[in-house]
Amino acid sequence: MDSIKSWLARSGMGSVLILALIIVVVFPLTMDLFRLNLVGKYLTYAFVAVGLVMLWGYGGVLSLGQGVFFGLGGYMMAMFMKLEASDPETTKIQSTPGIPDFMDWNQITELPLWWEPFRHLPLALLAVLLVPTVLAFIISFAMFRRRVGGVYFAIITQAVCLILTVLIVGQQGYTGGVNGITDLKTILGWDTRTDEAKYILYFLNAGLLIAAILLCRWIQLSKLGTLLLAMRDKEDRVRFSGYDVSMFKVFAFCLAAMLSAIGGAMFVLQVGFMSPSLVGIVPSIEMVIFAAVGGRMSLVGAVYGALLVNFGKTYFSESFPDLWLFLMAALFIGVVLAFPNGLAGLYESHVKPRLGKRKDKPASGANSTPSSDVPPAIPLHSGASHGGKPLARTALPDGVQGTSA
Amino acid sequence: MADKKDPIQTPLTDEQRRKVLMGMAAMPAMMMPGMALAQAAQFPTAKVNTTKLAVTDTEVVVGQLHSATGTMAISETGSIQAEQLAIDQINAMGGVLGRKIRVIKEDGASDWPTFAEKSKKLLVQDKVACVFGCWTSASRKAVLPIFEKENGMLYYPTFYEGLEQSKNVIYTGQEATQQILYGLDWAAKEKKAKTFFLVGSDYIWPRTSMKIARKHIESVAKLGKVAGEEYYPLGHTNFNSLINKIKLAKPDCIFAAVVGGSNVAFYKQLKAAGITADKQFLLTISVTEDEVLGIGGENIAGFYSSMKYFQSLDNANNKAFVEAFKKAYGPKSVIGDVTQAGYLGPWIWKATVEKAGSFDVDKIAAASGGIELKTAPEGYVKVHDNHHLWSKARIGQAQLDGQFKVVAESPELIEPNPFPKGYQ
Repeated sequence: MDSIKSWLARSGMGSVLILALIIVVVFPLTMDLFRLNLVGKYLTYAFVAVGLVMLWGYGGVLSLGQGVFFGLGGYMMAMFMKLEASDPETTKIQSTPGIPDFMDWNQITELPLWWEPFRHLPLALLAVLLVPTVLAFIISFAMFRRRVGGVYFAIITQAVCLILTVLIVGQQGYTGGVNGITDLKTILGWDTRTDEAKYILYFLNAGLLIAAILLCRWIQLSKLGTLLLAMRDKEDRVRFSGYDVSMFKVFAFCLAAMLSAIGGAMFVLQVGFMSPSLVGIVPSIEMVIFAAVGGRMSLVGAVYGALLVNFGKTYFSESFPDLWLFLMAALFIGVVLAFPNGLAGLYESHVKPRLGKRKDKPASGANSTPSSDVPPAIPLHSGASHGGKPLARTALPDGVQGTSA
Repeated sequence: MADKKDPIQTPLTDEQRRKVLMGMAAMPAMMMPGMALAQAAQFPTAKVNTTKLAVTDTEVVVGQLHSATGTMAISETGSIQAEQLAIDQINAMGGVLGRKIRVIKEDGASDWPTFAEKSKKLLVQDKVACVFGCWTSASRKAVLPIFEKENGMLYYPTFYEGLEQSKNVIYTGQEATQQILYGLDWAAKEKKAKTFFLVGSDYIWPRTSMKIARKHIESVAKLGKVAGEEYYPLGHTNFNSLINKIKLAKPDCIFAAVVGGSNVAFYKQLKAAGITADKQFLLTISVTEDEVLGIGGENIAGFYSSMKYFQSLDNANNKAFVEAFKKAYGPKSVIGDVTQAGYLGPWIWKATVEKAGSFDVDKIAAASGGIELKTAPEGYVKVHDNHHLWSKARIGQAQLDGQFKVVAESPELIEPNPFPKGYQ
């Protein structure tokens, strides 16, 4: 029993378990299907936020272009579903039956070759995972090899966002333009719009998200995670130790991209359409906000951040249709001002010490105070290397030490 | 509705007169509560609402879903106001089947996923009897599958590209052929236009509109030829290369479907390049009184616009409507084509509910074809079985004060034809 407890505390699995309980048990029991479906949508953004924790919190690389990968993943999924929805029977009023309706509106008479693979589900799923990842690899490889980093990299990711949006909007005959790809119905004949399908997709989404968190946690606890942190805090020192720093960054960027793409695909399955408004700069920055509100060092916190911000958005806009944007802004500013390390930082600095005090006696082995056994190789005052100001000490050493997820 | 007595003649206090004026069709104010109760009793809730909509003995809940924030807010505000005005007027007359209309407003925030979320909320959670909303095609496309799946009813006010027809949508704006064909014929006949230069913003509505225009010019009506066809991204503000192309092509007619903020740059740069109304004939399908507010009357004066409604229309219905609108939203407010189409939504819904004797969406959908509205500001309108409106086409010439002078009007109502044969 004690060994389980100690393992839970050491690996941060406790918080993952609590999150899993909330998502998989509490939400479905307390919410009607409409709200649950909304939560499902929020959780697709959480994929991006989790990816950003790895990339930004651990890798120290801020990307303001995660919408690109979320969008690409979504588009890959939407292309498959659109082709399935455009069989010759249902599109017989078109000039060219059997192609997506928006192609017909744009005088395209034949399905473009690069749409062909999306007739097959396995190929489409593969594309969801690989296309965004490969693009991420190309972008990041080109940048990090040349040691482009920091603000410059963030600006480039913004540019990529803009380019992709313009491309999608401009090539409307092939992409659906501003309208996006809409009216998606089935996967291999399975109707994704029924109540039952919504429950199944919700749990699939939740399961994938937990799996993604576990994967990231595993990486964090491995040597790779330690190296990512070390690289974030003293890049040159890691480089001089003989490591290829740029490839670690490339890895983190590709990982975040792939997670975002999974989120995008799940978004399409649950919401039923995809449009360039999810690719652009604004949603990309919003996704960074989710991670910032949740706490960029905490995988679990990122999920709570995505949930909180989106709950806030929905609740404020339903209750105060005229004022809601101001309330959202107040929420962002408030959280960032009051808790620079997000919700997770709040938990670390306020809740945990009290819990620790109470439990100190019975489980002293498991819950020893955070900063006492930090590996000496990693500098304590690491916050200074990014953002300019040193961050509150509590959060960072904890992340380093690996007692929280 | 049928009662068309002049409200001014009825001796009433100012307050009552205002209400009645707003109600357009006069019905003595003091009788209203009694009438409403009697009507409600005549239509018991169990009978008029068999599908668990938010309808009680005294109240019916409807939804309104537009962008109150974001880039589209400036365009959609007119629709929000007009729909609210119509609903207030209907309530002042005693409501629908004796039930007052309560509106749940949701903000689509110019964001298509938000539109989808909010429409689902209105239909699934609030169980509204119908929704007045959407403006852009993109937002309509985003909510359409939800309305079809949850069986809701949407009243959509914007002129749009056609190519769509749904049991769950009533299109109170004109589809592309209703707006374009008459305008082109008029240009060829009255302005002797033989060459046309097509220019639009790059998205589905201008693309489809220009496709129809080209077919009409070149093969269906054989009006002449197309001298050029150009598209620019939404928000594009540099039209110098376009102006050079126009100067080279020397078209008899510039046929424009440039939307949003691009409009301002487009007309200012035309003027700066010396392409003004005294030298060049221009016909647009995308400029209403609302857009002229941004463009400025002096930049567009003399050019022509093809719409179904202009604020300056000279008829009793429109005068009452303009007066009520200005009373509610200020003397400086202007009314464009879409604003008027938005105003029609609640009235058509009311007439349909009364004809069907029920709020159920299936019955409304079935009863919609053939609904007539004699009190519409644009004049008499009728709902087609394909859920679009029969409407007239009108040509207005822009004036310095931002209003349009109506210079031509189709003699008959034009049949809506969202899937025009020969134009595909």
